[in-house]
Amino acid sequence: MVDPQVDLGVKIGSLMLKNPVMPASGCFAHEYAQAMDLGRLGALVTKSVTPKRRIGNPVPRVAETDAGMLNSIGIPSSGLLYYVDKILPHYVGVPAPLVASVSADTAEEFAAACEALSVPGVSAIEANISCPNIEADGRAFAMSPKDTHRAISEIKRHARVPIWAKLTPNVADIAEIARAAEDAGADALVVANTLLGMAIDPETRKPKLGNVMGGLSGPAIRPVIVRMVFQCARAVRIPVIGCGGILSAGHAVEHLLAGATAVQVGTASFLDPAAMLGIIDGLAAYCERHGVARIAELTGSVRIDPGLTDRWLRLAQQSG
Amino acid sequence: MKVATLACRVVEHQWVSARYKYLRLSCPAPLARHTAAGQFFQLACPVSEAQAPFLRRPMSVYGIGPEEDRIEFLYHVKGIGTRALERLRAGDALTVTGPLGTGFAFSPDWKRVLLVARGVGLATMAPLVPLAARAGVAITAVLSARAPGELMTQEFLRGAPASVHAVFDSDGSSAVERVEPLLRNLLDAERPDRVYTCGSNRLLALLQKLGAHGEVALEQQMACAMGVCLSCVRLFNEEGEKVFRRVCCEGPVFPLGAVAGEVQFG
Repeated sequence: MVDPQVDLGVKIGSLMLKNPVMPASGCFAHEYAQAMDLGRLGALVTKSVTPKRRIGNPVPRVAETDAGMLNSIGIPSSGLLYYVDKILPHYVGVPAPLVASVSADTAEEFAAACEALSVPGVSAIEANISCPNIEADGRAFAMSPKDTHRAISEIKRHARVPIWAKLTPNVADIAEIARAAEDAGADALVVANTLLGMAIDPETRKPKLGNVMGGLSGPAIRPVIVRMVFQCARAVRIPVIGCGGILSAGHAVEHLLAGATAVQVGTASFLDPAAMLGIIDGLAAYCERHGVARIAELTGSVRIDPGLTDRWLRLAQQSG
Repeated sequence: MKVATLACRVVEHQWVSARYKYLRLSCPAPLARHTAAGQFFQLACPVSEAQAPFLRRPMSVYGIGPEEDRIEFLYHVKGIGTRALERLRAGDALTVTGPLGTGFAFSPDWKRVLLVARGVGLATMAPLVPLAARAGVAITAVLSARAPGELMTQEFLRGAPASVHAVFDSDGSSAVERVEPLLRNLLDAERPDRVYTCGSNRLLALLQKLGAHGEVALEQQMACAMGVCLSCVRLFNEEGEKVFRRVCCEGPVFPLGAVAGEVQFG
């Protein structure tokens, strides 16, 4: 159990979370209540819902890779009404704020959907402007600063709850996208979605996914995402939520030290449905071991020696 | 909690044929009491220098009990996961998550059930055998395999009385056109209260064609195994509509007639 001596609470804009651990969208649903007490989570993040009904992608929708997995589920969705009528009621009474992930094809549809989901029971909306499976060839809003700005601005004009922008790692300059989202009024950033990938079975010569390409997740991508969390946190003032390859409390701490205020756990839950609870307990134990009274102190506190490169170069010149 | 992740211990692990292995686990919880025929577990296959399976492997339970901490599996050593699993020895630890999924429906009031199994599909249906035997429900089994040496009739029945019809690829008796009259005769003559099948899309299609009333246990690639990730869908006909269902939680056992063909999109 969590040690009451350690303050695990974090703040994402106006939203207070009792601990920094929440699920990654697409990796969580009410079925996990069969395996854990959902009320122990810092927040609940539901799978992306779309304005239109979608059937999703052909199977196989998942494929194992080295230290991770590829997925191309294709956001099957029964639409916004179904979400409000049938999904949200599952979480009534769970003492954790609910974050609704939303995906849409255009900025206008995004805005209308976020307006429709600004209802009691939804504490924030995560705008999934990044899912690589939505549009042809894996493109998404968050692959361009201009499209990011336009989508988030439009959403902010219509939504009545805080907006988190979920970024894609499939970009050359993530900090530029992060700044565009912040400028457009995003209340927080989620860094990041899956890395676009592909795997082929050498025996059958077929792609391992029905959709050919898909998103890579799991520990394989953690160093890439930790680097992006670091870059985004330096670029913006709004909170960054780290999401990528977290299997353990140590991995979560890595994200926090890089600049994340909270973390999302995805693929780890597929290996153990109660993985997030182990990570929460592990974070409390880490704080205790390191004499950290408030976990919020960890955010961005990676120990980088700013003079190291200069000293190194000077030393190299002397020896040369 | 209904679904638990538990560190179990390997009690027995041995080959039962050239390709199939039997695994018996002792669990730190009375899993046998909570596990039903047709349900499955996610197995954390061990990582070694040779194999590093990342995802868990869904495996239907082959035996439940009799001790309340014991569950058993019978599996085909085939891919990265099962080759890693195969290396475990008695005394080793194995983490499992479960029990998962919706199992077979069964009533002790029935007179006779017909079990139609192909290959390792018999492992999934094996827990039905003691259920039927204990209730005095007669068992007819049609078992299909590559060759007589791979049939595993004893592993399937484990001493329970049954009327067994074995068919093989090696002598052509497992061909659909030869199994069809066999099944048609059994359905007509014995009038089983329920037909169960697992392990072959061709046998499933045949039973559908014959209008058999019963259930099928299906497979599909999956990740979470709890209905969350939406990977493991298959197509079904329900009330005139085509719908996707999740094999992991809405199944793996489904009504025979509802499965829409054997279409694989991959």
